[in-house]
Amino acid sequence: MGRGVKEYVIRFFIGGFAVTAFAVLGDLFRPKSFAGLFGAAPSIALATLAIAFWNQGAEYAAIEGRSMMIGALALCFYSIAVCELMKRCELSALAATAASLIAWMSVALGGKWLLLG
Amino acid sequence: MNIRIHPSALRETRWHEYFIRFVLGGLATVATGAIANVFGPETGGLFLAFPAIFSASATLIEKHERERKEKVGLRGARRGKEAAALDAAGAALGSFGLLAFGAAIWLLAPRSPWLALVVGSAAWFAVAIFLWSIRRWIWACR
Repeated sequence: MGRGVKEYVIRFFIGGFAVTAFAVLGDLFRPKSFAGLFGAAPSIALATLAIAFWNQGAEYAAIEGRSMMIGALALCFYSIAVCELMKRCELSALAATAASLIAWMSVALGGKWLLLG
Repeated sequence: MNIRIHPSALRETRWHEYFIRFVLGGLATVATGAIANVFGPETGGLFLAFPAIFSASATLIEKHERERKEKVGLRGARRGKEAAALDAAGAALGSFGLLAFGAAIWLLAPRSPWLALVVGSAAWFAVAIFLWSIRRWIWACR
């Protein structure tokens, strides 16, 4: 197995495990607003950054961390959009989360363009 | 409302639903790595906060809440939507924790990578809990 393929296989299993672990925590807790905090857990980030430290070095991971702050802001807009679409427009979870991806992409890519060039 | 652990909620989730989350999470992590390899870490970093399994989780919450209400003879469609909307509101607060996590990685990674991950995780948890507590306090005062 080539190094690149091996790296992606490791990514898949570490990422899958981290995401499932935080999802289980989210299932366990009540009230739902508290459980929702785990919906914005750094599951993919922990898996990706651990591999970035190991493979590409600390400077590379630091650049990813800086961009992640813009991604987190986009996630905030996304979550608010999902909440409002479900409460006010009574869209299903699937429709609301799909439609709100426009908000995430706009804020993330627009924010990167504005702040990082 | 106090924070409670609700172990019976785990029985409502079927094994294939955990499997779907595992696969989606794994694929999202692979995709994030691929984006960073192709477009560089500045663009790849954005996707560390991509809502990759949000759709699957919200759909499951809506479904489980609806089924719970229908079991006792009530129409659960509206309650299912409300539960998923509340979860999304929690994620909006959690996203500020994620912002703190990113800041910790940005500032601390060049000095000590593993310390950055530990401090970042603690910052995520502390900021998310703090904002959730403030929100709960405001609601209680209304």
